[in-house]
Amino acid sequence: MDSAGLNAYLFVAAVLFVSGVVCMAVKRNAIGVLMGVELVLNGANLNLVAFSRYTTLGLDGQVFALFVIVLAAAEAAIALAIALNFYNNHLTIDVDRGNEMHG
Amino acid sequence: MNLESLLFSIFAILTCVSALAVVITQNIVRMAFWLVMSLGSVSALFFLLEADFLGATQLLIYVGGTVVLLVFGVMLTASGPYMQIKTSPAEMFLGGGVGGLLLLVLASSVVSLDWEGNVAERLGKESTVAIGPRQSVNQAGATGRPLGLAFLGLRTDQLDGNGAPLRPGYLLPFEIVSVHLLVVLIGAAYLARAKRRVEPSEDTV
Repeated sequence: MDSAGLNAYLFVAAVLFVSGVVCMAVKRNAIGVLMGVELVLNGANLNLVAFSRYTTLGLDGQVFALFVIVLAAAEAAIALAIALNFYNNHLTIDVDRGNEMHG
Repeated sequence: MNLESLLFSIFAILTCVSALAVVITQNIVRMAFWLVMSLGSVSALFFLLEADFLGATQLLIYVGGTVVLLVFGVMLTASGPYMQIKTSPAEMFLGGGVGGLLLLVLASSVVSLDWEGNVAERLGKESTVAIGPRQSVNQAGATGRPLGLAFLGLRTDQLDGNGAPLRPGYLLPFEIVSVHLLVVLIGAAYLARAKRRVEPSEDTV
């Protein structure tokens, strides 16, 4: 049995997840909110790979971690396009200023 | 303390400290730097977990692609050279308190569970698994070929006694994700297109 077991990896993933959630909640910059989302997805990925290594999952966890990476790339691209549109309309990317929806 | 646990503790501490620094720092460019540190350390943890293809993918796509995209976003939306949108200390305090409580709940539940015992129990039940997780193909860390075959619908990692795969392949989700990525990239290019080219033509009309 290794000294760095499943629980240690799960704890690191929990720290990543909580950092991402706090980053999403606290930051007023839209790009900062995006970085929080990336941290949350990485925590989930670390959980998937750790379970794939230490349990009978086999490769299933790694396959789903690859899906998560691809979807995170897609999400970053589309959210960045939305942030650029928001900046063109409001001349800022402060998310507190986005309380009105117009073209 | 062997080499693996030493490397794990180094990269785990680097991951956690960088993730906390992303939350704490106010400068957006420094946030991007700490995000790179955190994601790179996570890829090192993937290599320690014998997921070498996934670690390389993490380095290529996240550190090389997504973070560069975020930095481009920072540069395109910066209104000044040292743009900082401050978070008020009350919000920071509130968010930190809620996050600390959430971390307390998650960490206590994670640490108190006996995962190894559960895994041993499940291994006893699933007696049809001929190859245990430790003796499987990814023991050597060469996961590129089994992952590619799993995306094509063939599983080579967990076989029953007759050599038939126990778990399904992932051909249909792979196709769905690839079409999804194509649609999303077209949509992003449509959303982020330059609209200012229209304005001079309106002046001439």
